[in-house]
Amino acid sequence: MRWIISNDRQFALFQYTLRLGDTCLILAQRLGEWSGHAPVLEEDLALGNLGLDLMGQARSFLTYAGEIEGQGRSEDDLAFLRDAHDFRNVTLAEYPNGDFGQTMARHLLFAGWYELVLEGLTRSADPRIAAVAEKGIKELAYHWRHSAEWVIRLGDGTEDSHARMQAGLDKVWGLTPEFFAMDAIDEAMVQVGFGVDLVALRPAWDARINGVLAQATLSRPTSITQSGGKRGVHSEHLGHLLAEMQFMQRAYPGMEW
Amino acid sequence: MPTVARLDQASLNLARVWRALAEVGDPELPFLSIIDLGIVRDVLDDPPLVVITPTYSGCPATEVIGLAVANKLTERGLDLRVETRLSPAWTTDWITPEGRAKLLEHGIAPPPKASASKRALFSEAAPVPCPQCGSAKTELVSAFGATACKAMHRCLSCFEPFEAFKCL
Repeated sequence: MRWIISNDRQFALFQYTLRLGDTCLILAQRLGEWSGHAPVLEEDLALGNLGLDLMGQARSFLTYAGEIEGQGRSEDDLAFLRDAHDFRNVTLAEYPNGDFGQTMARHLLFAGWYELVLEGLTRSADPRIAAVAEKGIKELAYHWRHSAEWVIRLGDGTEDSHARMQAGLDKVWGLTPEFFAMDAIDEAMVQVGFGVDLVALRPAWDARINGVLAQATLSRPTSITQSGGKRGVHSEHLGHLLAEMQFMQRAYPGMEW
Repeated sequence: MPTVARLDQASLNLARVWRALAEVGDPELPFLSIIDLGIVRDVLDDPPLVVITPTYSGCPATEVIGLAVANKLTERGLDLRVETRLSPAWTTDWITPEGRAKLLEHGIAPPPKASASKRALFSEAAPVPCPQCGSAKTELVSAFGATACKAMHRCLSCFEPFEAFKCL
């Protein structure tokens, strides 16, 4: 992708909205992979619904990103015609589903963070971002509750469910430091009152995650994995995800149905 | 006098628009009009504009509703633009009393009121009464159902499963 935007603030805002939109889009795609494969029908519907919420938010953010960029790219252009290194989602979003426990661990860590991000963004000086956040935060309350209930039920369940829940948590945990890492884009957005101070979200996130883990009798992992999705440096998993997600538009450009 | 006449004409037009909108049903719950659901936020005369809001960010019905509104207006010879607005965010409290009555009539429990409270959001305050037999002894089966706006419940008195409109 060539950057044609000269204005620094506009560039930062474009990147910022891409990060939000891509994170929602990629995680929505992951959750959609469960359709037809969940352990019970109710969960099949639940995972699809969680994905649908995020897909809706992704559309709002990516439409806005396209407008900020001003090159005439639509939400679909951004979703289906960019390569992996042009995506700006947090790395956790692209991490594979694994088993149901691992998906719930990933969603707990994500929802616990993203709900706080949206809460901060409802006060964004950018009215478009604030409006998407105001809408999305109501939906995220259900995401947090649903994943927390499952993590507790499986963690504090049988020996097998406990072991698998802990294993799933251990796998995804290392990707969470990226949630709180500020870079020049984040700083610029905080400075103009558009974005949230991610470092400041950490204590609240720690407290709510620790609360659920204690109830679930799970131990808090300590692993840290290098992650740079926000900068476009992704894990090997994103390319595979995009190959499936983008297949139709790549094979039949401009196809509509 | 001319001012009054002009105003009357304007309010007459607006009344026609509202009547037309009342005929547009939700694609998933066709017995509910988009006015019952509180999806229509504003109808303006100048500039001629209908403002609608989505129920959920990802609700696939939103686009269909936008198209249906545009079609209905054209059909009635009314020339208004349709705009989708996210803020203020839709809440189940905007479902009208008529809408709540229609939901109940069709076996779907209407949402608990006062969704501004976090407790109400999770229906922890009181169980949702069964729309079939009215019993208060019910339980939540899943917070997610066939559409984004509904949850699945079960009645412990008549043992019938039922859908309930989720509090948002």
